[in-house]
Amino acid sequence: MTLLTCAIAAIAVTIIWYLSEKRKEMYLGTLALMYWGASLMWLVDAIFEYAELHEEYFTPAIEDMINDTYLGLSVVALGLCIWLVILFVKDPRGVVRKALSRKA
Amino acid sequence: MACFLIPAAEAVITTIVKHTVAKKEASALPAEITADESRLRFSDKLGWLNNMLWGGSALLAFEHVWHGEVVPWFPFLTNAASPGTAAEMLHEMATAGVSMAVLVTLVWLGMVGVSHIIENRTAANIKSENKT
Repeated sequence: MTLLTCAIAAIAVTIIWYLSEKRKEMYLGTLALMYWGASLMWLVDAIFEYAELHEEYFTPAIEDMINDTYLGLSVVALGLCIWLVILFVKDPRGVVRKALSRKA
Repeated sequence: MACFLIPAAEAVITTIVKHTVAKKEASALPAEITADESRLRFSDKLGWLNNMLWGGSALLAFEHVWHGEVVPWFPFLTNAASPGTAAEMLHEMATAGVSMAVLVTLVWLGMVGVSHIIENRTAANIKSENKT
């Protein structure tokens, strides 16, 4: 489920990257590549687990599935948080700088 | 267990390589830059690999924290506490960890190959347009 959740996030962000005019400004490529990197790594993890468990891999216990879904969603949220930090630090539109200078 | 450490180690190396390549590209002659305007710089392409490796390692590290395999106290990896589990952990790093780094790198090489083909086509189109 973690692999599936992360792969869906990677596909969704890639589609947004493709459609968006502001892909470079918004660092959408960075977010998409982060999710793709994690998905590839979990794919390897899944292959090793499948080699160990065989058909049992596809019939996980409900408790494990729920835990993995929560983990997957948390991973997606963490990815978004990392992306937001990158966006705010690079601040391509100068929004953060403007907000801070108004306060000062 | 600690498989994410191998892609993270690769990410450190590729980040250093990226900065070195970017410095070399910045100091290149202006004529060389204008001739290659339609192409992406190699340091940009290395950035793709960096993003995949750093992002993937960070998200996998979170998974290990979730499962209690990474802790905020020494030795930070719960499996490193005893020799038996440490050997198991090292085995997993050598198999799953290395496979992760290899797969991500292979996918990146595929991306670089595809981008190279697209860049060549674009350059050929520009040349044919200029001729006509």
